[in-house]
Amino acid sequence: MLLLPAMCLLVTFTHYPVVKTIARSFYGFGTKWESKATLDNYRYLLEDEVLMQVLYNSFLYAAITVPVSIVLAIAMALWVNGKMAGKGLLRTAYFTPTVLPMISVANIWLFFYSPEIGLLNKLLGVFGHGGVNWLGDPSVALYSLMAMTIWKEAGFFMIFYLAALQTIDQNLYDAAAIENAGKWTVFRRVTFPLLMPTTLFVLVNALLNAFKLVDHLFILTKGGPNNASNLLLYYIFENAFSFFDTAYASALTVLLLLVLVVLALLQFGVIEKRVHYR
Amino acid sequence: MWMKSVKQIALAGALCALSVPVFAKTELTMFYPVAVGGALTKIVDGIVADFESENPDISVNAIYAGNYNDARVKALAALQSGEPAQLSVMFSIDVHELMDLDAIVPFDDVVSTQEEKDWLAGFYPALMENGVVEGKTYGVPFQRSTIVMYYNKDMFRAAGLDPEKPPTSWEELAEVGTALTKKNADGNVAQWGAMIPSTGYAYWMFGALTKQQGQNLMNGEGNETYFNHPKVIQALDFWKDLGSKYAVMPEGTIEWGTLRQNFLEQKTAIMWHSTGNLTTVKKNADFDFGVAMLPAGSELGSPTGGGNFYLFKDADEAERAASLKLVKFMTSPEQAARWSIATGYMGVSPAAYETTELTEYVKTFPPAAVARDQLQHATAELSTYQAGRVRKLLDDAIQSVLTGQNTAEEALNSAQKQAERILSRYK
Repeated sequence: MLLLPAMCLLVTFTHYPVVKTIARSFYGFGTKWESKATLDNYRYLLEDEVLMQVLYNSFLYAAITVPVSIVLAIAMALWVNGKMAGKGLLRTAYFTPTVLPMISVANIWLFFYSPEIGLLNKLLGVFGHGGVNWLGDPSVALYSLMAMTIWKEAGFFMIFYLAALQTIDQNLYDAAAIENAGKWTVFRRVTFPLLMPTTLFVLVNALLNAFKLVDHLFILTKGGPNNASNLLLYYIFENAFSFFDTAYASALTVLLLLVLVVLALLQFGVIEKRVHYR
Repeated sequence: MWMKSVKQIALAGALCALSVPVFAKTELTMFYPVAVGGALTKIVDGIVADFESENPDISVNAIYAGNYNDARVKALAALQSGEPAQLSVMFSIDVHELMDLDAIVPFDDVVSTQEEKDWLAGFYPALMENGVVEGKTYGVPFQRSTIVMYYNKDMFRAAGLDPEKPPTSWEELAEVGTALTKKNADGNVAQWGAMIPSTGYAYWMFGALTKQQGQNLMNGEGNETYFNHPKVIQALDFWKDLGSKYAVMPEGTIEWGTLRQNFLEQKTAIMWHSTGNLTTVKKNADFDFGVAMLPAGSELGSPTGGGNFYLFKDADEAERAASLKLVKFMTSPEQAARWSIATGYMGVSPAAYETTELTEYVKTFPPAAVARDQLQHATAELSTYQAGRVRKLLDDAIQSVLTGQNTAEEALNSAQKQAERILSRYK
């Protein structure tokens, strides 16, 4: 009985949409409902060349942005955790990108990336380089998006690492100093293992975000040129709201759901064994 | 103390009574898009406020909803979730899909008096092409455009060209472009001859190039496309050549959203863009610029573009009448003239150009009439069933060619094949 209010909300906003999405992927055709279940929407998944490209992009995007932003986050956290002048200012600077909404960030970067008037190409121009068409060249566009994502995400993860670093017992470092351990050894044997729970948390979040955050695509590339920077969630949006093909979008959503479930299982199953909780 | 609270309650009651209107107001909700940026929302709000002061019994909630895609998504989402929306400005080419979703009603069913019928017949015929399906008018033109060529007269002078003679043919565009493309000491291009945007609305720009070859991209019923017609392939080859062969335009895709800034910062001498940018360019250009019709291939041509008014099905009698009143007001010659002067979009009816304001404005600023003059060479914008998907096929094909991944023939053949498969259901 006590569960009822929570259940109501959960059912309305979580379970019902999931069930409806799955149903729609079998019974839907465009925006309409069919009376018989078919696998047509799923069959189209296999034939869809754009989807293959989109999946490849999505995995590449996750495989690069996640580790790079985590490594950067740790590095920045270690850096601003030390004793130095202007620490607060530096922390703020690292954290600023996180506070800004993705859409405004994308609008700023759109002008950074603009080939003729953009900051990046002006900098390259100083060194006599002709410049790069950051968002207009299919072999570069996806990486341009990644760079922006990393810039935005790393500061956020830094906060978690910073908090974790401050909980590590100073005695451990004192002990290491007595043993005359080098900086790298201290990091590898003391700091990093103690940061593992944070790393797991950040990893789960970063991976989810890599599939979940596509706001910048609307501003920067709209998935182009020729789908070179299209990501799975944006593709779902396109199908549902540009093409009005909610049935196929539902099938794609089921696919995304499966991908996320598998990733979550992998993370908790494999990595958690190697995490030391105190 | 007690008396004080009684007084307060009485006062509050009196205030409430005052604020209740004598008769019930009709509330309208409309969504509208802005595709070219700039302070266009203020102008719409201004027109709407004038309408409300003229019609105190109607209150209009005008909601800015992003670009054309966003506006469609927001309006349809509102309808599906049962929120009221009686009318909207949406992409003129959404008509087939909105009909497919059974969301809109034709204006023919709403107009009754002779005066209203005359109003409906008063627009430029070319602007009605995208709004009329099977003889019925579903879309009434509001923020309508053609593509025009903006060019930097100062740069023309600097390159020894006649600033009053913008290129009028494809050959001239290539020639003039070559003269205008400047490299700096280390061999990098410092100033481009021309730019045609290829993100956002690539199919629209392409519609101009194909019309200039005398070929349309689709039939009137919207169930057949001609993407791999030899003339269409030639048109795409020419677009590609501007970058690769003549080198007057950067290779790869060119961003729709930042192009105006490129032009204003004098990074390109010529840009093709919507006439909806005109007033913003006029206000911000610190150089002498001109506006001309697009150059001709075998003939002149540009697609029309922009947003139409649609009436949604879900509305009662009073709301329907109020909606019609609002649309009539916003497309009236005076308001159309005001809108055109404030933005650069076209006055939607010949009567708008006969108003004193717009006549005077065109006299002092001739570029304001270029889009209208180009109307006689205009064609409908790409609009088919399953428009989103079909449009994307063409956009992808264009981008794959401009970025050198594919030849025009390969890309367009494949786009045509896929479009045929999608459209086969609608024949």
